Amino acid sequence: MKKRILASCLGAAFLFLAWLALSEIVRLPIIPSPVRVVENIGEIFFGTIAVHGAYSLGRIIAGLLLAVGVGLPVGVLMGWSRRADRLLAPLVYLTYPVPKIALLPIVMLLFGLGDGSKTIMLFLILVFQVVIAVRDSIRAIPEEVFYPLASLGAPFRLILLEVLLPASLPKFMTAIRVAMATAISVLFFTETFGTQYGMGYFIMDAWLRVNYLEMYSGIVVLSVMGLFMFGVMDFAERYFCRWQGKM
Amino acid sequence: MIRVSNLSAYYDTATGRSMALEDMNLCVPKGGTCAIIGPSGCGKSTLLRILAGIASNYEGEVSIADASVDPEVLSIGFIPQNYGLLPWKTVRDNIRLSWKVKHPESLVPEGEETILARLGIGEELLERFPRELSGGQQQRASLARAFLLQPDVLLMDEPFSALDAITREEMQEVFFELWRAQAVTTVIVTHYVEEALYLGQTVIVLSSAPGHVLSVTENSFFARREDSGEYAAQKARLRGWLTGKGAEA
Ligand SMILES: Nc1ncnc2c1ncn2[C@@H]1O[C@H](COP(=O)(O)OP(=O)(O)OP(=O)(O)O)[C@@H](O)[C@H]1O
Ligand SMILES: [Mg+2]
Repeated sequence: MKKRILASCLGAAFLFLAWLALSEIVRLPIIPSPVRVVENIGEIFFGTIAVHGAYSLGRIIAGLLLAVGVGLPVGVLMGWSRRADRLLAPLVYLTYPVPKIALLPIVMLLFGLGDGSKTIMLFLILVFQVVIAVRDSIRAIPEEVFYPLASLGAPFRLILLEVLLPASLPKFMTAIRVAMATAISVLFFTETFGTQYGMGYFIMDAWLRVNYLEMYSGIVVLSVMGLFMFGVMDFAERYFCRWQGKM
Repeated sequence: MIRVSNLSAYYDTATGRSMALEDMNLCVPKGGTCAIIGPSGCGKSTLLRILAGIASNYEGEVSIADASVDPEVLSIGFIPQNYGLLPWKTVRDNIRLSWKVKHPESLVPEGEETILARLGIGEELLERFPRELSGGQQQRASLARAFLLQPDVLLMDEPFSALDAITREEMQEVFFELWRAQAVTTVIVTHYVEEALYLGQTVIVLSSAPGHVLSVTENSFFARREDSGEYAAQKARLRGWLTGKGAEA
């Protein structure tokens, strides 16, 4: 753990120095010095960026909750019951490869330009990953794992709690972590219209105003946000899946 | 009482139906123990799964206490061949699992400390995950889980196979203490003739697959560690059945 933190710090320092060097060589407003960007973040973070960040974060959390709330039960159902799987699998497989961003116009027609359609887009990107991860991991549980609970006559509630959910947790968390990168890019895109709030709006607005300093500040904050979420999920995965011991 | 009559078990595979047990009859009186020996693949584990109420791939009659096997009603202590520990639970949570299912209202099983001490499961082992245990340690955790449940019937599938000779004898003693205290009806599957003679009031020898009963012996050496000529003769007789030479050996 310590090693990883150290490595991350080294990486960040390297990026910072490279950026600094580049800005010194080029000396153009399109590449401002990172020192000035950091200063700028310090000045406008609490007044401006934090609000936009909170909006983006709120949308991500809403989309994530929705995706887990729908994807987890559906995944469990498909993994547990052959019949449910036969019914739902064609639907999942047909829609799975469709690039979700292509659905954006339809989603906007149906849910408008506001928060609804932005959350739905995040939901669409995450939910399929969740369904498939959960279904596949439940399918892969060896039969013997059910013996102890089955021989105790445990109700389904306990089998779900003690076997199905813990068994699917590792793949479930990996799926979310991987899909999150796509989700953030799509969120950025959807925030460039139909709203006055969000990191996407902030960055593109700064760009249109030719305020490169603010634009860079937005990009740095958005990156740090992504990094932070990645880190939290990585940590949670390590903790909750430590019984696997492979990590 | 455990009663099995005309039991046949089968597996449906890609190449068709294959029989695992054929026309099997068995009766273990209430509070009695029965040891089952037989060659690998003869259907011993299949039989225990059926007795535990988790397999339905059979025909014939199976009853425990004059009722059909219902794990929801009965407390069945089942120790599967691969110990049946859940990999995502610590040893402590694994051991408490069966208690938790049967007694949701109380947190800590009665007599937990005594049994853990008797099985040599220390505080440090309790915090580990199953993959961090040796085979023998996993086996002891599995025994602890079954013993703590204070079951109506105890079904053990080669429960001492991964233990060294000394530990095995110790664990057999622990089993006896428990069996005496709780008078639990027990079926134990083993590969060792000596173990069968020590733990089984009745010793049943099964044929190779599909398994059927070759011999039923009322065992006079039950709970005795013995080395007499008579004992050796009994051992040889059972070996004879196992190796296919039958009763003439
Ligand atoms: N899931 C299964 N599908 C198909 N055949 C099976 C299955 N499980 C067991 N069998 C077959 O049924 C027979 C009995 O298996 P079982 O596991 O009961 O044997 P066993 O007596 O416990 O063997 P061992 O002493 O090696 O544990 C074997 O021939 C085996 O190949
Ligand atoms: Mg077996």
